[in-house]
Amino acid sequence: MDLILVNLIDGLVTGLLLFMLSAGLTLIFSMMGVLNFAHASFYMLGAYFAYSISLAVGFWMGLLIAPLIVGVMGAGVERYGLRRVHQYGHVPELIFTFGLALLIEELVQFIWGKNQMAYEIPEVLNFTAFSIAGNSIPAFKIFMIFISISIFIGLLYVLTKTRIGMIIQAALSYPRTVEALGHNVPLIFMGVFGVGTALAGVAGVIAGPVLGTFPGMAFVLGSIVFVTIVIGGLGSLWGALVASLLIGWITTFAKSYNIAMSDILQGVGLSMPENMDDSIWRDLWTVTSPQIADILPYILMVLILIFRPYGLLGNRDA
Amino acid sequence: MTDMANNPTKPAVASPSVMLTFGPWIVSAVLLLILPLVFQQNSAITIMNQMWITVIFALAYNMLLGQGGMLSFGHAVYMGVGGFACMHIMNWDIFGSIPLPILPIFGGLFGMGLAMIVGAFSTRKAGTVFAMISLGVGELIAACSVIIVAFFGGEEGISGDRTYGLPFFGVEFLKQIEVYYLISLWLLISAGLMFLYSRTPIGRMANAVRDNPERAEFLGYSARWVRYYSFVASGFFCGIAGALFAINYEIVTEENLNTASSGVILLVTFLGGVGFFFGPIIGAIAFTLLQTVLSLQTELWAIYAGVLFVATVMYFPGGLAGVLMMHVPILRLGNGKMLIMPYIKALIPAAIGILGVCCLIEMTFHIRHSSTGDHEMTLFWTTFDSHSLIPWFVVIAVTTAAFTVMRRNLPELVATWHDANDAKGA
Repeated sequence: MDLILVNLIDGLVTGLLLFMLSAGLTLIFSMMGVLNFAHASFYMLGAYFAYSISLAVGFWMGLLIAPLIVGVMGAGVERYGLRRVHQYGHVPELIFTFGLALLIEELVQFIWGKNQMAYEIPEVLNFTAFSIAGNSIPAFKIFMIFISISIFIGLLYVLTKTRIGMIIQAALSYPRTVEALGHNVPLIFMGVFGVGTALAGVAGVIAGPVLGTFPGMAFVLGSIVFVTIVIGGLGSLWGALVASLLIGWITTFAKSYNIAMSDILQGVGLSMPENMDDSIWRDLWTVTSPQIADILPYILMVLILIFRPYGLLGNRDA
Repeated sequence: MTDMANNPTKPAVASPSVMLTFGPWIVSAVLLLILPLVFQQNSAITIMNQMWITVIFALAYNMLLGQGGMLSFGHAVYMGVGGFACMHIMNWDIFGSIPLPILPIFGGLFGMGLAMIVGAFSTRKAGTVFAMISLGVGELIAACSVIIVAFFGGEEGISGDRTYGLPFFGVEFLKQIEVYYLISLWLLISAGLMFLYSRTPIGRMANAVRDNPERAEFLGYSARWVRYYSFVASGFFCGIAGALFAINYEIVTEENLNTASSGVILLVTFLGGVGFFFGPIIGAIAFTLLQTVLSLQTELWAIYAGVLFVATVMYFPGGLAGVLMMHVPILRLGNGKMLIMPYIKALIPAAIGILGVCCLIEMTFHIRHSSTGDHEMTLFWTTFDSHSLIPWFVVIAVTTAAFTVMRRNLPELVATWHDANDAKGA
């Protein structure tokens, strides 16, 4: 029972981290109809910038400045890159962001090298918040949960309660009408792109010390983020939240409970083959749940696509 | 990406002559035949083998991207699975009674089989949805390769020996050159088949569905089935490429399946140009050469490739083939000569400027990442001290001068370009 609680917290941390990325991604998608392949690269840039800044002026300034830099870079990418490619259609846009992701990874390796950076949890947060049946929960995890939830609430408030949020929502559905009413729609698009990438930057700043700051970090998380928003339904903010938490919990539980496939197969009445090495099913028999934890999101995605192609909370027409 | 249906070898207005239809194929066949006689080193033949395999793969990829408008981020999977299947056949007892040259057919069938399964749910939508599904499925299968050890061989992959096959008219494929001709033969066969496919009604419908699926549906064609057929056909030729890879290298690993290889083939195809049938061929040749030559010269070749790719997407969405084909109307008007001088005036400074920027990048990299005390570096056959100011000054001066000259000469090129496109300018 206690272990379940610990896993719930761990899964929540992973899920909310995923959500910070997928929220920006899904907003950008519903706005421009293009998936920003380089989204996770901005997350990586956030971590690297925060690392460099934290060397000079400490973690907290990094948390403040790094997302701003990343957001400005994101807005620049939209203004000078995507807007130019937009005229060629959606597929070149996707290819452009893909190329950008490759390029950012190479540039990061160029500037910071290929090794993992020594980006550490700040001293203030480096203690055990509380422990559940001998399992200690670090304060930094609580901090991560706190940051992600406050960002989510802030985002929800801005989008639904403020004037600028109303204009954004209107611009998503009827860009031409909003433009005719005198609003600068391209500026709104650029702003949302910038905010989305800045969110990814925040995720990078707070995930860097925990998950490691290395050139492959964008790639590790990136494809999971795409899977998340496909599962949640492309363009749905709530769907992104549900899918992120779902994936966070599924992978955490699969990793901590060692469920062996052979137990399940014997449970349904199959008998184990005598000579394991010769059997072509040997891999099926020896698989355990921690082994497949990382591919569970992909399996989930394929299943969702077969049975509910528009995602959990997606719009059928989208 | 709107006018990609035009076939360069067959102008739409003029009636196709026999020469224009078969000319390019005969020329390529002769080239494939005599190239190893010109470049006899083993390394050259290795590069050419790699190149032709990439050509087949890129052409198969372009059946989706260029002709069907479907962007796949996990296409290496179909090539990889074809390769793995062939490797298993090569390790099987039955291999002694199969001649090696027909092995790629099995690879193709396995690639096609997988494409039939995946395509059943992935081709419902084109565009972003398709791209995401292809990425997810690609990741899934790549991740499976370390779990399903019986088929994928885990991290070390599986290897085999091509010479155990039934000798084919006495050829046992011991030598690299024999493999070269096998690959070349399959290159011709598959390129020919893929070209013919693009001429069939189903290939034409793929173009229609790419451009306007709604209209195609109103004409009574199911957009989904048209996409499915393209996808399956593409899977077949990817499988052939995979089988040739297995035959050539005698080892297939997880690396043949992963997203990085899928990304590379997208890069290759787009660089070459998705709008024309021969685009991916140019792309594969150029990229393989670039990769082999540049990676010998510099560690940073991936950065250059990335910049080149992003620049292509932003400024030349037609790729190399698109740029080449832009000159066809001018040549047809007989205005080709007008462009020579402006080109020389603008492009030579541009090339010098770009090389200068590359020098700056290399020098920065050297300062940041070379071992301490190692101040010497060699660029363009010149050895100098990267920590002193003089080389920096020289490179910056040359680069700035080159770009200034280019900027000054560019308007002339643009003006001449417009004149040359104008029939009266002749």
